[in-house]
Parts: sequence; C-alpha cells; structure tokens
Amino acid sequence: MKPINNRSFFYILPALIVVGGSTIIPLAAIVNFSVQDVFYGNDFIWVGPKWFIQVLSSKEFYDTLLRTFAFSATVMIIEVPLGILIALSLPRKGRLIPFYIIAIAIPLMIPWVVVGLMWLLIIHPQWGSLGALLSLIDLQIDANNMIVAWSIIVFVDVWHWTSLTILLCYSGLLAIPDMYYQAAKIDGAKRWNLFRYVELPKIKRVLMIAILLRFLDSFMVYAEPFILTRGGPGKSTVFLSQSLMLTASKQFDLGHSAAVSLIYLSIIVLFSWILYKVM
Amino acid sequence: MGVDLNSADEVDRIKGDISSNDSKSDTGKYRRIVKKYLPLLYVIFLMLPIYSLVCYSFKTEFEIKNSITPIPMIGTLANYKAIFGDRQSYMALVNSLLYVVMNNAISLVVAVPAAYGFSRYSFLGDKHLFFWFLVSRMTPPATVAIPLFQLYSALGIIDTHFAVALAHCLFTVPIAVWILEGFISAVPRELDEIAQLDGYSFPHFFIKILLPAIAPGIGVTAFFCFIFSWVEILLANWVTTIDAVPFGSIILRAGMALGLNPLGWISAMAVLAIIPGVLLIYFVRDHLAKGFALGQIE
Repeated sequence: MKPINNRSFFYILPALIVVGGSTIIPLAAIVNFSVQDVFYGNDFIWVGPKWFIQVLSSKEFYDTLLRTFAFSATVMIIEVPLGILIALSLPRKGRLIPFYIIAIAIPLMIPWVVVGLMWLLIIHPQWGSLGALLSLIDLQIDANNMIVAWSIIVFVDVWHWTSLTILLCYSGLLAIPDMYYQAAKIDGAKRWNLFRYVELPKIKRVLMIAILLRFLDSFMVYAEPFILTRGGPGKSTVFLSQSLMLTASKQFDLGHSAAVSLIYLSIIVLFSWILYKVM
Repeated sequence: MGVDLNSADEVDRIKGDISSNDSKSDTGKYRRIVKKYLPLLYVIFLMLPIYSLVCYSFKTEFEIKNSITPIPMIGTLANYKAIFGDRQSYMALVNSLLYVVMNNAISLVVAVPAAYGFSRYSFLGDKHLFFWFLVSRMTPPATVAIPLFQLYSALGIIDTHFAVALAHCLFTVPIAVWILEGFISAVPRELDEIAQLDGYSFPHFFIKILLPAIAPGIGVTAFFCFIFSWVEILLANWVTTIDAVPFGSIILRAGMALGLNPLGWISAMAVLAIIPGVLLIYFVRDHLAKGFALGQIE
C-alpha cells in the first residue's frame, strides 16, 4: 500500500494548473455560453436550456453524430484485427526487427495535414501516382460518390493508424514468457487455440488501450476528411469536429456550438468510461 | 545472452510448428507463406505513398503535371530552394519546432512531479484527479478552440509560440503523467528511503537519483509529447495568426485555398515535416517497444 500523504497533492499542482488552464477554464466558458445568448459580442442573456433543446431536436446533429459513430466503428473493425494479425506475424527477434518497428511507427509521426494532402495528391486523377495508374485501366476515383468518399477516408485512416494497434499488440506479445509457447507445443495446441487461450488473454490490456485510443482519436477526426473530401459529397463525410468548427468559426454561433461541445464531450467521456470499466 | 536469443528464436519456430501442424493441406501452406511475408508487404504498403511524396518533391511543376514516372527523370532541388529562400516558409517550420520544444519542456517539468506524487502516495481524491487527467486527453480540440482563443486574447499571448505550447498541454501532459507514472512505479520505493537515510535533501534526491533512474522513461515521454504536439493542427492553427504560424497552416492554405498549387512546393514542405519524426524514431527505436508496453505494467 502507498502511504497516505495529503500534502503530496502539491506534486500534482503544477500539472493541474497547466492542464486546468486548457480544460477547466475553457469548459467553464463553454458551460457559460451554452445557457446564454450573446448580442453584439458582449450582451449576455440567460436563455436556459434553449440551445440544448435546439441541438437535440435537430436532425442534422443526429446525422452527424451517427456518421461519426459509424466512422469510428468502421475504422476500429478494420484496424484492430489487422493490427493483431500483423503483430502476430512479426518475428519476436531478429535483425529485421528495428527496421520493422521504425517503418511501422513512421505514419504515426506524420502531421495529420500532411497525411491528408499526401493522399489527396496521390489519388489525383491526372497528377497522382495512384490516381493516374487507375486512370490507365479506366478507373476514376470519383470523390462525388458517397461510398468512394467514405472509402478514401477509411483507407487513409487505416494507413495512418493501424500502426498504433500493431505496436501496442506487439509489445504485449513480447511480454509473454517463452514457456507458455513451449507448454502449448507439448500440449499439441492448435494455432487458433494458442492465440485464443494464451496470446489474447495476455495482450487484452494493451489491446483495450489501443481500442480506447483509436476510439478517442477517430471520434475527434478532423483534418483528414476536411482535406480529402471537404465533408462532401453533400454532408456525407462531415464529422462532429468539423461541423463544430464550422458553426463556431464561420457562423460564430457561440451558444449553439457550446451546447454541441458539451454533448460531444459527454458522449466521449461516457464511452471511454464504459471501455475503461470493461478493461 | 546467447541463451536469450536462442529461446526467442525458438518461440518463433514453435509458432511456425504449431501453424504447420494445423494445416498440412496446400491452402495451409499458402497461408503460411502469406503470413511470412505479411510484415514486409505491410511495410511496403506504408512506404509507397511516402516514397511517392519524396519523388514529387524532387520533380519540377512541369514534370509532375505532365508525366507519371516512378523516379524523378529531370530532378530538381528547386522546391527545397524555394522553401529555404522564402522567410515565411522556413519560419513556419521553425515556429512549429519552437512550440513543440516549449511544449516538451513544460510537459516534462510539470509531469515528472505529478507522476511522482501519483506513484508514491495516496491522497484525498487521487483517483478522481487521475481520471480527470484522462478526461482532458478526451477533450476534442474543436470544443475548446473558441474559449481558448478568448482566454489567450485576454492574456495577450495570442499568436505566440507559448500559446500553442500551452494549448497542446491539453493532451501532452496527461500522456506524460500516465507514462512517467509507470516508469516511476518501476523504481523501488526503497530507493527514496535509502537516499533519505544517506542524507540527500529531497530536491537533491529528485535530480541526482530519481531522474537518472527514469531517464529512458523521460526519453519515451518526450517522444510521445513531441509527436502529439508536432502532428496537431487544429489548435495550432486556431491560436496563431501571423508571427507564430505553424507549417501546417501554410501547407493547408496552399493545398486547399490555392487548389494544390504549387505541387512541388507542397510536397517538399510535407517531406520536411516528416523528417523530424523519422529522426526521432530512429533515436528512440530501442525504447519504443518498451514505451508502448507500459500499458501493461500497472
């Protein structure tokens, strides 16, 4: 047991002030905006739950929310199994390991804007390497098609983020003692059973962390759809962050966007908490 | 150490044996070959777009738009010269590096004591505080953008590197506390007591004994803070206007508002934006797997 020492709160204090400055104060401001109406930038009038009612009764909000959930679910369904599969097929030791680790980690280090623009360039029908190749066999990447637009964003996200699952699972697999494998061999275990009863339970924790992180980041996705499809066609690839930035910066609709922000944050915290408990 | 190496290779062999026992049929053999080359194929899949981008950056505008070749046929350094010849372009890269370094410094300075506190003592509300740190990692940057802008305007720090560094603490500090807590917990508490008995003052102990003991952890933490701050664009773009504009904003402007124009310049800029990350991975490659493994130490 750790000794109880209430004064150790002071160790936390600096971090609390720094992070509090960028969460508590803005969140307090958001709560403030969400129950008031602003006129001429400085006249605040109490409106109660008006904004929340407006948001919660607008079809557009539910559509965007549903799209964001659909996006998170899609990328996780692809990235988690793919990540596990590749982590399993990586050798545990060997001269190639540093090479693999570096290569796999690289996409995680690329700024989101760069990832978006890089792929935008590559799929360009005339100048892009992939786009031009596909044009040769008469295939056009038609971003005006909703399914194509979605596929592009999901594909780019898979390219960008599967590495996270791979690296987390791989480090989990490395921690399994050799004797587990030797025992499995003596018992004549099948490959699937080895995975199901030895490897999976051992990587469960890192896997949950991977899922949690992927949920958080895919639910906040912003730069990639913004660059690749600009939310189009229509509004079929507008996700919560983008729609929020739109109402906030273009229309400067403070009350409405504050209400959306609070609902958005509550959903994320609720889901993360559920995942956290499942862990 | 030789034993260690052999046993690890043995596990790979056992896994192979088990797979082959599974399926002696031709499809099983086929599956095994696919699996053997899967990591390599995946790495190629990851590298191709980056290779493509590097190629673009060495091509002239004319070549990009008129021919598709896997390697630059004419080859030019003009794109890079254009970036280093234009103050706005290269300053944007410098700006980003500056706020990332500042953010790194702030995050580490506040996170090391916090992680020490969480790791060594229980106190009133410690669990709640730890969860609250995680919540701030969950806050979508889009939700706090406007209030942060107003706050920084009121403080008069808008359009400074410090503002971006501070805004990015929103997600770097929680991660830093989380990672460092694991590393500090791995250091036996007896070390603290021995140091105390030996007459080390607390600050002396902290700097002379604790910090060296968790040096790899500090490296890993700095690495993660670096990436999270380096790749972020929404807040960085939002709290800057002219003087501290990050490279992301000017790439975005050329890419979106100007309709991918000029292409070569964008590619070269993008390549330059990838380089710091690649260098960093190279330096921490041995600790990377360890850093990722931290999740399971608790």
